[in-house]
Amino acid sequence: MFVLVRNSLVIFALLVLGVGEAPSLAQKLGTDGAPNPDASVVNQRTLLEQAPRIEGRIDIPDVKASVLIQPAGRTWDYFHEVLLHWGGAIMLLGTLAMLIVAYLVVGPLRISAGRSGQKIIRFIAFERFSHWLTATSFVVLALTGLNITFGKILLLPIVGPETFSEISQIAKYLHNFVSFAFMTGVALIAVIFFRHNLPQRVDLEWIRQGGGFIKSKHAPAGRFNPGEKMVYWLSVAAGLFISASGLVLLFPFYGTTIADMQIAHVVHAVIAMLFVALILAHIYIGTIGMEGAFEAMGTGKVDLNWAREHHDRWLAESLEDERHSAATPAE
Amino acid sequence: MSRMKFLCDAERCIDCNACVTACKNENEVPWGINRRRVVTINDGKPGERSVSMACMHCTDPPCAAVCPVQCIYPTEDGVVLHNKDLCIGCGYCFYACPFGAPQYPQVGNFGTRGKMDKCTYCAGGGGTEEPGSAAEYAKYGSNRFAEGKLPLCAEMCSTKSLLAGDGDIIAQLYGERVRTRGYGSGAWGWETAYHEDTKP
Repeated sequence: MFVLVRNSLVIFALLVLGVGEAPSLAQKLGTDGAPNPDASVVNQRTLLEQAPRIEGRIDIPDVKASVLIQPAGRTWDYFHEVLLHWGGAIMLLGTLAMLIVAYLVVGPLRISAGRSGQKIIRFIAFERFSHWLTATSFVVLALTGLNITFGKILLLPIVGPETFSEISQIAKYLHNFVSFAFMTGVALIAVIFFRHNLPQRVDLEWIRQGGGFIKSKHAPAGRFNPGEKMVYWLSVAAGLFISASGLVLLFPFYGTTIADMQIAHVVHAVIAMLFVALILAHIYIGTIGMEGAFEAMGTGKVDLNWAREHHDRWLAESLEDERHSAATPAE
Repeated sequence: MSRMKFLCDAERCIDCNACVTACKNENEVPWGINRRRVVTINDGKPGERSVSMACMHCTDPPCAAVCPVQCIYPTEDGVVLHNKDLCIGCGYCFYACPFGAPQYPQVGNFGTRGKMDKCTYCAGGGGTEEPGSAAEYAKYGSNRFAEGKLPLCAEMCSTKSLLAGDGDIIAQLYGERVRTRGYGSGAWGWETAYHEDTKP
């Protein structure tokens, strides 16, 4: 009985120690019967076929250094140096070319009835503050960001390496810190203009009538027409993605790896190029593209005739509100 | 013309980290930065291998290609150097590097990066400093290369696992070892760094 118990204990101990699995751990033997260390050799090509990068254990405290080889760096290099340069250049120059064509062919959209001389408030001070906070920080971020991508091609040969480095150093810090102003601005815009950017029935009619591009007539619109609503929603979406990816890049290794940062950079760069193209069009239509448009964000007030032609429903509502508040004075 | 490369014979590396220590000591590498490191693959399993890794001084270095201020360049010996006076610490070389070589001292809050630091092949800096000068040493570390010496990590490797020198010669040395031993796990990183593997 005692022997039986002892034997079973030994077997149990062996099982716990994993000796039962010994054959799989044993060294494989070569043709001469001697252990062949080559049989268990790991090969980098096999490892790279199994996973996108080779990782191991490292003795130093810097755990992120345990990634040995990550060939994706070469792919990211290709994206940054070839795809982004060509894609970005085509995107931005293409947009500029289209706007120049629009200006030459369609020309500035005038107020058909001329100015009435009467003004109506379109944007209150806080709305204008939110817009210009976002706008100024956007311009700073766009220029400093484009410098990182195109500066070495366009600016470096002109100013020389030392000056270019100093400019880029300042640009880097501006980009990092101004981003917080931009994120605040986008968040404000997203909230305060949300209600008036929801789709309305009148939007369909605006689209059916060809929007603002038919000079002879003016399509009906509420406070914002579908074109403006598109700018709003695209900007909010782009702002969200560009802020999220930017924060990932701003805080390296805060729960992320190099691979995550490469993806974040690709998202950041692609969205940035599209965003700049969108805003170029937005700037065009808000300045030289349409008479009477800039003063809406400039002074906050627009001409009554401009409002009648471009935002008739909104004007009617605003005048109604005014009459209503005038009819019921405070007691 | 010689083309300088590193080659780590993983069958000989014993994970002693002497190369890491020698590099830190020789170059007075800033705190928190390791220009060279040893990574153990399949730790505790059959086929375990340790590999010493630093900047591989790549052919068409991706770091140099993506640098927005063009401060990284390969010398005529194939050593990839950089100019810390021009570096803006943007981190792009780090995204592009397949070997995790570029590192940055933290100079501000959160992730604010200082000037990039990486293995110089003990060949000083890519700036305007006089080779072998104190100014160069303070910024980039040792310039053994100017004295006709190879990187210290490889020179003092006790098992001669880490090889430095002309790429063709060290590839030939490694090839002879593989033929004599009858096995080898290959030259780690060569495919990625130099678009070629050693042919034993």
